[in-house]
This record gives sequence, C-alpha cells and structure tokens, in this order.
Amino acid sequence: MENENYIIEMLNITKEFPGIVANDNITLRLKKGEIHALLGENGAGKSTLMSVLFGLYQPEKGEIRKNGEVVKINNPNDANDLGIGMVHQHFRLVEVFTVLENIILGVEPTKNGFLNMDEARKKVVELSERYGLKVDPDALIEDISVGMQQRVEILKMLYRDNEILIFDEPTAVLTPQEIHELLQIMKGLANEGKSILFISHKLNEIMEVADRCTVLRKGKCMGTVDIKDTTKEELSRMMVGREVSLKVDKKESQPGEVVLSIRNMTVPSKIHKNNAVRDVSFDVRRGEIVCIAGIDGNGQTELVQALTGLEKMLTGSINICGKDISKASVRERSIAGISHIPEDRQKYGLVLDYTLEENLVLQRYWQPQFQNKGFIKFDEVRKYALRLIDKFDIRSGQGPVTIVRSMSGGNQQKAIIAREMDKDHELLVAVQPTRGLDVGAIEYIHKMLIEGRDSGKAVLLVSLELDEVLNVSDRILVMYEGEIVGELDPNKTTDEELGLYMSGAKRDDVKEIYNAG
Amino acid sequence: MDTFYYLVQNMLPVSIPLLLVALGGMFTERSGVINIGLEGTMLSGAFAGALFAYAIQGSGLSPNMILLICMIVAAVAGAIFSQLLSFAAVTMKANQVIVGTAMNMMMPALILLISKMTFNSDGVTTSVRYFIRKVPVLGDIPVIGDMFFKNTYLTVLIGFLILIISTIVLYKTKFGLRLRACGEHPHAADSVGINVNRMRYIGVTISGILGGIGGYFYSVGITDGNINGHNGVAGFGFLALAVMIFGQWQPIKIMFAALFFAFLRTLAYSVPLIPFLDNLNIPTDYYKMMPYVATIIVLALTSKNSRAPKAEGIPFDKSQR
Repeated sequence: MENENYIIEMLNITKEFPGIVANDNITLRLKKGEIHALLGENGAGKSTLMSVLFGLYQPEKGEIRKNGEVVKINNPNDANDLGIGMVHQHFRLVEVFTVLENIILGVEPTKNGFLNMDEARKKVVELSERYGLKVDPDALIEDISVGMQQRVEILKMLYRDNEILIFDEPTAVLTPQEIHELLQIMKGLANEGKSILFISHKLNEIMEVADRCTVLRKGKCMGTVDIKDTTKEELSRMMVGREVSLKVDKKESQPGEVVLSIRNMTVPSKIHKNNAVRDVSFDVRRGEIVCIAGIDGNGQTELVQALTGLEKMLTGSINICGKDISKASVRERSIAGISHIPEDRQKYGLVLDYTLEENLVLQRYWQPQFQNKGFIKFDEVRKYALRLIDKFDIRSGQGPVTIVRSMSGGNQQKAIIAREMDKDHELLVAVQPTRGLDVGAIEYIHKMLIEGRDSGKAVLLVSLELDEVLNVSDRILVMYEGEIVGELDPNKTTDEELGLYMSGAKRDDVKEIYNAG
Repeated sequence: MDTFYYLVQNMLPVSIPLLLVALGGMFTERSGVINIGLEGTMLSGAFAGALFAYAIQGSGLSPNMILLICMIVAAVAGAIFSQLLSFAAVTMKANQVIVGTAMNMMMPALILLISKMTFNSDGVTTSVRYFIRKVPVLGDIPVIGDMFFKNTYLTVLIGFLILIISTIVLYKTKFGLRLRACGEHPHAADSVGINVNRMRYIGVTISGILGGIGGYFYSVGITDGNINGHNGVAGFGFLALAVMIFGQWQPIKIMFAALFFAFLRTLAYSVPLIPFLDNLNIPTDYYKMMPYVATIIVLALTSKNSRAPKAEGIPFDKSQR
C-alpha cells in the first residue's frame, strides 16, 4: 500500500470563502515521524488549511485520512480525539493560572471529584524530562518567559498524547537562542515518533529542521519537495513565483548632524509596576537608519509612544534638531518633524471606516492648503490624494473614496507610508513596518526606508525581525527590560551575538557614551 | 462585653446576605459575565421565599423547617430569574450592564404589582418567628457560644457552610478550574474543548441561586421575614457587588469584606448602645450612611490594584482569535 507510511493525508482540499478560493485543490501528506514544513506568504492559505485539519472549517471538496482511513473532523475536539494538537501563534494560556493548571485544563485528572494535582504533576514532570522541556510546574504563566510559555503549549499537546503536532509560526516571538532550542526540541519529538507540521515563512529554519516542505502560493499547492534536494533560493521562488533578492541593496550610510536626541528617558509601564523604559539615551543622525532591536515587550512600544507624544515621560528630554519637544503635544511634534509609522496600523495608523483620501490628510487637514475658514477644501484633498496614490502605488477598489477597511494590509501600510513620508519631516519613526506583509510588500517598504535615509532624513526603525534588523539598519541598539544594553554594527555582528543581547545574557554600558557627551 | 456580643450577634445575620450574594457575583464574574442584576436577583428570591413562607406559615411546620423549604424556593426563583441574564448576555451577546440594570428595575415593579393584586399592599408580611434565642449545647460554650450561637438565625450557619463549599468548588474541582479559565481566557478554554457558553450559563445560574437565597436571608435576618417593593433589599445587591470587588473575587476575602460592611451597618444601628458614639450627638442618619459611603471610599482606593477576571463583560465570540 502506497499510503501506509502516511499518518495524515489531506487530499484535494478545496475551501472557498465568498469571493475567494482560500485553498484550491491542495494535497498534503504527512509521514509518521517526519517534520513537514508548510511554507507560504501571508494569505497563501496556510492558516486556512490548518484550520481545516483542526476542524475549525469544513472544506467544500476533498477528504482527510488518518492512517489511510477517511475521517471527519467537525470541531477541535474531534481533532484532539484523533491525536492532532496545535500550538497557536498566539498562545492559548490562562495568565493567572500555574503551568500545571494550564496543562491539565480540559483533561483534569480527579480523585473523588477533586482535582488530583499530584498525579498531574507526576505526569508533567515525567514528560518534561523525557522531551527536555524545562518548565516550573508551579510558576504562573504571567511570570515566565515567552519561550517557557511555548514549552507549556507543547507539553499541553504531549499531555494529551497527541501524535500529530502542528506548530503555527512558532519562532516569531522567540530569540535566536530560544529558536535554536525549539528546533532541537522539534527534532527530538520527531525522533520519538511524533509527526510535526511546521508552518513558517522563514527559510533558514525550514532548511534546518524540516524533512520535506509543501509550498503554497495564493491558495494553490506549488508542490512538495525534499529539503535535502533543494535550496533556499528555490523555495523562495516557489513561494513568491519570481526571483526575490533575499539581501537588501543599499549603499554605506553617510551620517550627518544629529536630528533626534533622547536623554535619560524613563517611561512608566501600564502593565506592571516597574518602568517600561529606564533611563534611555541615544541619538539618531541624518542619513542613517538606527534600529531598535529586542524581543517584544521590552519597552520598545513605550519608548516610541513617549517619543511621538502618545504617552508621557516620567523624566528625560527629547530634542529634534536642537528643539526641545519633551512636553510638546502630538501635533507639535508632528510639525517639529516627526513622522510615525505606528506599530498597530489599524489602531493608531488609520481610521478604518474613513476613505483613503480622508486618511491621507488626517494630519494635515487643518493646514491652509486643505481648509478655508474651517471648511475643508475637498477638491484639494482629492487632488492631493490622487497624487499620493499614484506616487506610492496604493492599490484600492475605488481609488480615493475607498473605505480603508476594505484594503489589503500591504496597501493600508502603503497609505500610511505615503502620508508620513510626503509630509515635511526630519525623522521617520517606523515601528515594525513590515509586520504581517508579504515578501513583495516588505521589499517595497525596505526600499522606501532606504530612500528616506539617502535623501537625508533620520530613520528610527523598531523591529522584532532579526533579518530586518541586520539587513536594513546602519546601527543597532538592543533593548532589554527597558534599557539599551548594546550598540552594534550590523556588518560586524551575528544572529547569535544579537540574541545574547536580546535575551539579557550580554550587556555593555551604552549610557556612558551619551551622558558624557 | 455585652455590647460586643450584641454587635457580633447582630452583625452576622446582616453579613450573610452580603456574603452569599457576593459569592454568587463571584461565580458569574469568574465565568466571564458581569452581573449588575444582583439587586433584582435578591428581590426575586426574597419575594418568592416570603410568599411561600406566607403560604405555609399556618401548616404547623417549625420555623426553621419553613426556612429551609423557603430557601430552596428562593434559590429556584433566583435561578429562573437569572436566566434572563444568561440568555441575553451569553446566547444573544447583549450588553451585560444594560441587561442587569433592566433586571433591577423590573423586580420591584413586579413585587408591587403582584402584592397590590393579591394583598392590596406593597409587599408580603409573614408571621414566622425565625429568631433563635440560644442554640442548645453550643450556646453554652463560653465566648464562642455568646458570639455565634445566641440571638441568631439559622441563616448564619447555612451562610458559612455555603462559603466553605464555594471555596472548595472554585479551587479544588475540575469545574472550578474550568470556570475560572472561561473568565480569564475563554479562547484558551475553548481550544481545549471546554464549552464556554455552557460554563457561563452555569456561572450565572449559580449567582441566581445564591442571589435568591441571599435575598430571602435578607428578609429573614433584617426585615423579620417581610419584603416590600418600595424598600426592597436596600441596595444590598449593589453593596454585594462592592463586597465582591473589595474581596478581589476570592471567597475568603469576600467573607472579610462582607463582615466589614455588616459591621459598619450594625454599628450605625447600635449607636444608642455605645456611650462614646452616643455622646457625640451626631444624628443617626449619618451613621446609617456609613456602609454606603465606605463603599465609595473603599472602591475608589482599592480598584486601582484590583484584578478582575480578564474576560469579564466580553461576550465570547468563537471566531475572533
């Protein structure tokens, strides 16, 4: 029998949503004990396919087989009964519960009607030793690192004796060291006979752990390849459908005078009692891209909010081109020369139910160019919007009058970039500008950042993506627990070194440089 | 010393309705639903209980037997009444605050309507003597006997029994663990196969049961077994909400909070007995405001650090991830 080796087969799956075919006749076969990568850009249909396997969606066509037998998966419970477990990209953990409580939730062992925590603890400790998943069973989830939270998610699957493990973009939130550890754990699990589906768009990781890889593009299956017979370039060609340069093209930077100068900035946290940003000082010069690297939640968000005026600082000063804006309002800062591409484009960047043209003048409608005695000059707005749409290639259904909510993520981001880059500015603050975008859009945004730099602007980039940090920036500042713990040259550093700084294992005293000067 | 015993003996029956209703509120909120309708729920239980007591008071049953039977009636009434909230808030995903407010407005009107129709009065008046002068044997223990087993009601004993059961259920059982998960992170609960909506229905129903009992115990311990549509339960449902928040959604802390509020109220009504306070010549109305003023102050001071169940008040939407 041909399919004897396959533990799960998804045959000719077609899943349609109104107006779009998310999965078009996709076949994916998972062998027992292998690590099978599922590669594709955002919107390629990876999540939909996994949701079908996990019972969240019902496919229009096609069937799922387990060990050669056709099975019907109507909901996540069915999937669980078949031994299919999933680590979601956003963890499903109760923060105020202990590790142990989270693992047993839903399958609690009981004795005489009461929870039997001793039995649960024994099994968890045994599993964690067997698979090398170090956790503290009695720690609260909110107190442990993201890496450990992920191990809890994995233990949840193992505790339920799942044999097919789905990892949905598991490395997005980890440091390089944690990624390395996770990949080792995955290999260990596969050696123990577990079958793993690994959803990712990171080629390096796929090359490192996967045995085979299925590539999706725009809902269609581009084929399944053996990793040992392929290269990164070939995979990326399959994923995007054309040649992509994995390296960003740019000239050496020519830093000029200081544009942004932050001294001793301290910002309180809204989540915990400690300060989110602690005594941070640094400069950004004309013609350079300075990147703030770090794991999510180490104070980057608060730093940017204090810089752009969304939050108040506790202490410290901010100077733009020699002008003190420490206490200025958001609009005053904008006039002083700060442009801001916010972290959450839908929450802070756009008014989703406004039209594209309204969003494009959101910061400037009060200027004489666009208003007369309090009335908006709509013809001017329209003219301006059309110019930006053309210049920045913003694609939308109805042009300037398109409701922004209906636009794709990439084009929403382009709209923000157009608005922020076209206005007079000295400093561009870009926070995770490529988050959730496909390779083409990422290329475009990187190009725009570098163009901005080359035209003499200062650029402050905040990024969680290591590749972006290393490829785009001219100087790297690493943030850890609210402090800047290292200043690195992207040409002279490595993933590993950056990871050590990001996880707090290594630190230099950067403050001194600025405080002395 | 006698004044002290008097205060304790009077405080306990007052604290029990607060304790039970706050525990009920705790179960709902721990499941993720905000229950503003506790006042209405209390009234439903108080009215049903008193009405049933009125019906069976001539049957020769002992007062404490009547209390137990009527307690069950009140629990059922509260449970049924609370389904308004669970249906609207869980199934229909309505705004939970508005539903609760509607429940509070509806119940006094209903009591007045029924009472006017049947008794041509504003409420129910019963003649059952629930009061226990002294519990045999236990009442003879020195100090403790004087504090807990003299001049009291059966409600006190039942109240503390329910407190113990609630604590065990919430922390030591599968059900408690799942309930708490639904109030904190319903998607996590859902992804491990827990039926979030069902848990929330159960959470609301428990608050109906405890709220109903609490309402009936209010009428037993505070208004001599009577209830009317004008005074209702004197804002005890809202006070219980404050007790629950002050008690940080944890049973034992809720008990202390309930005792605190009950103490203030008892003190207010006992001013003539305490020479020091009596000599101050402050009108007693000011003392009677104390529990309510304390509510405002305590909540203003503690709410900053309070840790409410994270998902409370947000209707559960499976498709939102």
